[in-house]
Amino acid sequence: MSDSPPLRAAWIAAALAALALFPLFGGKFGVDLVTKMMVFAILALSLELLVGHVGLVCFGQAAFFGIAAYAVVRLTPQSQPASIWWLAPAAIGLAGIYALFMGSLSIRTRGVYFIMVTLAFSQMAYYVAHDTPLGGGSDGIYLSLVPTFRLAGFELADLSKARPFYYFALFVLASVFAFLAVLLRSRFGRALAGIRVNERRMRAAGFSTYPYKLAAFVISGMVAGIAGVLFAVKDGFVNPELMSWNVSGTVLMMIILCGLWSLHGAVLGAFAFSLLQELFKSQAIFGDFAKHWHLGVGATIILAVALLPRGIAGFAFSSRVKALKHYPGAGERYE
Amino acid sequence: MDIATFLVQCFNALQFGLLLFLVAAGLTLIFGIMGVINLAHGSFYMIGAYMAYALAPAFAAHAGWGFFAALATGLVIAIALGYALEWAFFSFLYERDHLQQVLMTYGLILVFEELRSILVGDDVHGVTAPDWLSASVPLGDLMSYPVYRLFMSAVCLAIAVGMYLVLSRTRLGMMIRAGASNREMVQSLGIDVKLIYRAMFAAGVALAVLAGMIAAPVSSVYPGMGNQVLIICFVVVVIGGIGSVRGALAAALLVGIVDTFGKVLFPQAAGVLVYVLMALVLVWKPDGLFKAT
Repeated sequence: MSDSPPLRAAWIAAALAALALFPLFGGKFGVDLVTKMMVFAILALSLELLVGHVGLVCFGQAAFFGIAAYAVVRLTPQSQPASIWWLAPAAIGLAGIYALFMGSLSIRTRGVYFIMVTLAFSQMAYYVAHDTPLGGGSDGIYLSLVPTFRLAGFELADLSKARPFYYFALFVLASVFAFLAVLLRSRFGRALAGIRVNERRMRAAGFSTYPYKLAAFVISGMVAGIAGVLFAVKDGFVNPELMSWNVSGTVLMMIILCGLWSLHGAVLGAFAFSLLQELFKSQAIFGDFAKHWHLGVGATIILAVALLPRGIAGFAFSSRVKALKHYPGAGERYE
Repeated sequence: MDIATFLVQCFNALQFGLLLFLVAAGLTLIFGIMGVINLAHGSFYMIGAYMAYALAPAFAAHAGWGFFAALATGLVIAIALGYALEWAFFSFLYERDHLQQVLMTYGLILVFEELRSILVGDDVHGVTAPDWLSASVPLGDLMSYPVYRLFMSAVCLAIAVGMYLVLSRTRLGMMIRAGASNREMVQSLGIDVKLIYRAMFAAGVALAVLAGMIAAPVSSVYPGMGNQVLIICFVVVVIGGIGSVRGALAAALLVGIVDTFGKVLFPQAAGVLVYVLMALVLVWKPDGLFKAT
């Protein structure tokens, strides 16, 4: 039983320890790759909250990610490095504001509408970044100065160096994970679970479900914004592709790959799917064909959906099956 | 804005709107009738445009009629493609939930885009309109309007009328509509719903391919053109109400007008205006302007 709490805690502790020890023997490439994976793991966690725990299939997560990344670059002064203490909250706040706008409109719709509306609004952000002076065009913009991370005059970490940034990202990932785990166990999280299982019944029970869903949407957007901040600081460069639906599709695939209803599944999925992408991008294996790596990723997605409807880690796609899984015996009819 | 400019923009809006309708109609029909959300629909538009580019040299010798020969060939290929795709990738998606449909069709987009990159490359191409359609109609003293764009509007309009007649006046249309509202009942009456679905899907693909082919001489042929159209078509479908062909027509024209005049009147905000329109419609009528028929 991998679900028993002590064993799960042990797994999470082991994973944390492995991640903490990795830079000691991982090379430059490895540290960079795992940092990127951790950033995407945060992004996957943000979407996991919406898709797995509220049942809202959002296809626009890239917008929040990209808006926060652009905000980091745009808000950094030309002359001196900004402090992450105000830069990050400002960028995350902007992502949250866009999530509030997008959420307040898209949550009025449901099902397929919701998917299309979130996709359309995230493309709107993409076109603003791509076509207006605000976004700096399709070539993207460079971050002039990496923000500082100081407390009372003491430098906590030099974010422009790979290893300190690695540990910074690991700390943020662990904090986000813990925050979401606590959130989902709170009364708020229980209400979200109730909405996912049966929204009509929740309304009948006296819950006004719209504010709950909207709050979850904004929290999700802000967590995606955290990932965006990390990405911009890590790469020192942003371009409109951060907001393209390729990012949204990738993240959706990440959370589905290793289980849709658990936070650790989202993190595992982010790591696994990033590795898969690296595999298809690898020149050593595919040679010149590696530049067409989307083909391999696309074919994998198609095969995964076609052949493993219940997913790679034995998850179930249908929300109805999931809803009934909490009541042993009741779900068997649908298995 | 003088009257001639206004007229030109009206024609442009009409032409863009009708073109969007061709793509959006397939999207909304495939969703409304089969319950499948198809992200790869924009790829069919892209495939159509590239087919126009690839087939043009083959038929160039036949002067004016070469264009139509290329169109006809493209349509035959499109129907075969739609038929095969439905069989291979979509026939088992009907029972699955939207999340899986989104992922499957997203994977298809990646595959289509990369195959396009491998086969044709990533360059931007132009396609020339046939000679006898490349003239212009004078409008006022200074302006003129290309005949080809009028031809596009006429083709789209003819297809819209044809689609309405087939769906509302024929036995086939009746079966399609019945299949949409109650699949099991229609099946038990002895009608092959699977075959109807497959034909419908092929027709939807053919519409998108046709739109791409006739649009190729006006817009250039470039990578990513399908995704751009798809997103606008989502806006159209959301505004019109999903599953409604009538709604798709009204919304496509509305989006065409807003986009075309937006580019003239507010060039700074042009890219965002259609989304603002969608936001307004969502506030007013979250289910779209027309409910599914």
